[in-house]
Amino acid sequence: MEAVNKRELIVSKIKNGTVIDHIPAGRALAVLRILKITEGYRIALVMNVESKKMGKKDIVKIENKEVDEKEANLITLIAPTATINIIRDYEVVEKKKLKVPEVVKGLLKCTNLTCITNNDIEAVSEFRKISEKPLKMKCVYCDTVIDENEILKQILGSKS
Amino acid sequence: MRDIISSYDFSKSDFEEIFELADKFRNISPPKILKEKTVALAFFEPSTRTYLSFNKASINLGASVIGFSGEEGISVAKGENLADTIRMLNNYADIIVIRHKFDGAAKFASEVSEKPIINAGDGKHEHPTQTVIDLYTVYKNFGDIDNLTFGIMGDLRYARVVNSLLRGLTRFKPKLVYLISPPQLSARKEILEELNYPYKEVNDYNEVIEEVDVLYVTRIQKERFPDESEYEKVKESYIVDSTLVSKMKKDSIVLHALPRVNEISREVDKTPQAKYFEQASYAVPIRMAIFHKVIGE
Ligand SMILES: [Zn+2]
Repeated sequence: MEAVNKRELIVSKIKNGTVIDHIPAGRALAVLRILKITEGYRIALVMNVESKKMGKKDIVKIENKEVDEKEANLITLIAPTATINIIRDYEVVEKKKLKVPEVVKGLLKCTNLTCITNNDIEAVSEFRKISEKPLKMKCVYCDTVIDENEILKQILGSKS
Repeated sequence: MRDIISSYDFSKSDFEEIFELADKFRNISPPKILKEKTVALAFFEPSTRTYLSFNKASINLGASVIGFSGEEGISVAKGENLADTIRMLNNYADIIVIRHKFDGAAKFASEVSEKPIINAGDGKHEHPTQTVIDLYTVYKNFGDIDNLTFGIMGDLRYARVVNSLLRGLTRFKPKLVYLISPPQLSARKEILEELNYPYKEVNDYNEVIEEVDVLYVTRIQKERFPDESEYEKVKESYIVDSTLVSKMKKDSIVLHALPRVNEISREVDKTPQAKYFEQASYAVPIRMAIFHKVIGE
C-alpha cells in the first residue's frame, strides 16, 4: 500500500477486517457484489488511486469481516491482480493466496437458454474450471463453456 | 452403477458387461430382477420408441411400470417444476427413467432423487442408453469397436445422440472419426476438446465415404434450432441414397437412431449396409441389461 499511506486522509486504517488491494480500477463495486456484501458492514471504497504497478487501482476495506478462502477465490474471476489482507488489531495477520475456484455455484448464468438452470426455479447454476489461462468454465449440467469475457460481462454488468 | 446421465458414466468394462448381458437376454428368458419393483417412465418430452422400449424392458424383468408420455408428459412439464415431480415419483418408484426437453434435466433430477435416474434424452445434451445400443450394433457387426473408421453425419450440433456417441467412443480406440456436417451444424467445440481419439471435420461426404466402416446418420430436428430460418437452410443437406451407399465398402454399415424423416431414402433399406432396423431391435435387450447394471450393483 505504498502510495496510499501518504494519503491517509482518504481512508484510515481499520482495526479488524479485510483489505482488498490492487483491484483493477473501476471494479471495486463488483468485488463487493461477488462477496455479496450489501448492508450491515462498514466499508471504505477507494477508487482510481495511483498505483506504481497498475497505473490506477481500486481498494476495498471491510470492517469486521474476514473474507474466507472461497470468497477470496471468487475475486479472481474479475480481479486476478487483487491482494487480500486480513487485519486483526491494526496488523496484517494473513495474506490470502488467490486461486481460480474449481467450482462456482449460483454466481454465473449459463449462456445456453435451454439449460435446466435457466428453466427450473430450483436448479442452481454450477460451473467447473476447465482452464485458468485463458479462463474457461463449463456448465456441469449442459457442458456449455463460458470464457473470461462472458464472466466479466456477467459480473461487471454490460457497461464494461 | 447408480445414475446414468452421460455415456461417460460407462467404463469400457461396463459397456462390455452390458453387451454380454444383452447377448444373454436375447436368447434366454431373463431373471425377473425387477419383481416387486416399480419403474417410473417420466417422459416430459414425447418419444414413442424410447418409451416403449424402456416399458418393454421393465416388464420383461418383472417390474410394474408407472409414468407418463406424449401430451400428458408435456402438461406435467408445464404444471410443476421438475424437482417436485421427481420428489413425487420417489415415493412410488425404484428407478426413474427421464426424458426432458431441457439440457441437464437428468443430472438435476439425479441431485433431487433418492432413486437411480436413467437419462433417456435431455434436450440437445445426451442420450447415453442410445449410445450403448449404437455401439452394441457395431460390436455385433464387426466383433469389435476398436480400429474402425466412423463417419458421423448430419446434425452434429443439436443431436444429443451424437454427443453421447462421441463420448462413448472415448472408451474404445476408433481408428478415425469423420464428423460430416454443414458448418452451421458442426459438433460443439467443448465436446470435441474432450476426445481422446483422432477425428476430422469435413463438409463433403464424398471425400470420405469410401473409407468409412460405420456411417452414423442423424436426423436434423427442427425443434432443436434456435432459429427456424437456420433450419430451412440445412434441413436437407445430406441424404443417404443408394448411389451413396454403392460407394461404401462392402462390409460397411449404416446406422440411425430412428425415427428418420428423409435423411435415408427407403431404397437403402434393402441394401446389405442398412443396419438401422437391426440396431432398433437391440433397444429392449440393451435396456434390460442397463436396468440389470443399475439395480444389480
Ligand atoms: Zn448450462
